[in-house]
Amino acid sequence: MVNRVVVGAHYGLRDWLIQRVTAVVMAAGSLAMGIYILLHPDMGYDRWIALFSSQPVRAFALLFLLSLFYHAWVGVRDIVMDYVKPASVRLVIHVLVILALLLYSIWSVQILWGM
Amino acid sequence: MKFRIYRYNPETDARPRMQDYELDIEPAGKMLLDALVSLKEQDDSLSLRKSCREGVCGSDAMNINGRNGLACITPLATLKQPVELRPLPGLPVIRDLIVDMTQFFKQYHSIKPYLINNDPPPETERLQSPAQRAHLDGLYECILCGCCTTSCPSFWWNPDKFVGPAGLLQAYRFIADTRDQATSERLDDLEDPYRLFRCHTIMNCVDVCPKELNPTEAIGKIKDLMVKRMV
Repeated sequence: MVNRVVVGAHYGLRDWLIQRVTAVVMAAGSLAMGIYILLHPDMGYDRWIALFSSQPVRAFALLFLLSLFYHAWVGVRDIVMDYVKPASVRLVIHVLVILALLLYSIWSVQILWGM
Repeated sequence: MKFRIYRYNPETDARPRMQDYELDIEPAGKMLLDALVSLKEQDDSLSLRKSCREGVCGSDAMNINGRNGLACITPLATLKQPVELRPLPGLPVIRDLIVDMTQFFKQYHSIKPYLINNDPPPETERLQSPAQRAHLDGLYECILCGCCTTSCPSFWWNPDKFVGPAGLLQAYRFIADTRDQATSERLDDLEDPYRLFRCHTIMNCVDVCPKELNPTEAIGKIKDLMVKRMV
C-alpha cells in the first residue's frame, strides 16, 4: 500500500453536531438533578427510589447516560486520532471503546429498570 | 537589553541551544526587529527572515517570550528580559529563527485560495454591493505569517491533515465571497474529521494574530453553513 495522507471521511459534521446536542441534554439533566437535590435536602434512599420509580425519570436518565456515552465516544476518538498514529492500533482501540460503551449502555438499562 | 535566542543549524549542530546576547539599545520607540538587526551586525551567523519591517509581509513571525508574533511590530519596551526568541513552533527549523513553511502553504493551497467562477468574464469587473464586500472584512487582511497556525495544538498533532486556522480563515474568505461559485465543493472538501473538525476552539489563533483577525469565528461560520446545508 502506498503511504499517502488520506482525508475526506465525511463524518466530521455529524459527530461534531451530535457532540453539541448531547452536551445540551447532559447540561439540562445535570441542572434538573442539581435543582431537585437542592429542593429536597432530606435526600435519602427512599426518596431516591421514589424518584426513579417514575418511568419518565428513568427514560430521561437513560437519555442522559446514552448522551454521555456518545459524547464520550466522540471525545475519546478525537484523542486517539491525535495521539495514536498507526491505523491498526487505532482500530483496535476504537473497537474496545465502542464495546465498553455498548456494555455500559446495556448495564444502564439494567440498573435503571432494576431499581 | 538581554536576549536569549534559539540557535540551531541542522547541518552542523547535534541539538539546538539557547544563546545569550546583550545589546546596548534604548527600547523606547523601537521594535524588536530593530534589536535583531543590530544583533545580526554583532553576530552575522544569526539567521532570521525579514522584509517589509512594518507588519505587512509576515516574514519575521517568531515565538517571542513564548507567544507568536511579528518582530517588526512588537515594541521592545513591552518585552520582559531576557527576551526569549524561538522559531515558530511545530514546523521544521531550517536555521535559527527560520522555519520551513512548506507544510503551512500546502494546507493553504489545499483550500483553493482563489475565486472559482465559471461564468464568462464580464466586460468590466465582477461587481459586489458594498454590503457584499463588507462580508470580506476581517478575512482578506490575512498576511499568511503563520503565527496562528503554528500556535494551534491541533496543527502540531496533525500538520499533514488539519488545514489550520490561517487556511480555514482563507477557506471562509472564498465561501463568503458572492463572486465565488464553488461553495458546495468547498464545504464538501472541509466536511472531514481532520481538515476542519480538528479545530476544538482552543482560540490560540485569535490570541496571537498580529492583524487581530478571528480564525475561530470564521471556522464557526463554516460549521454553521454546513449545519444549514444539512438540515
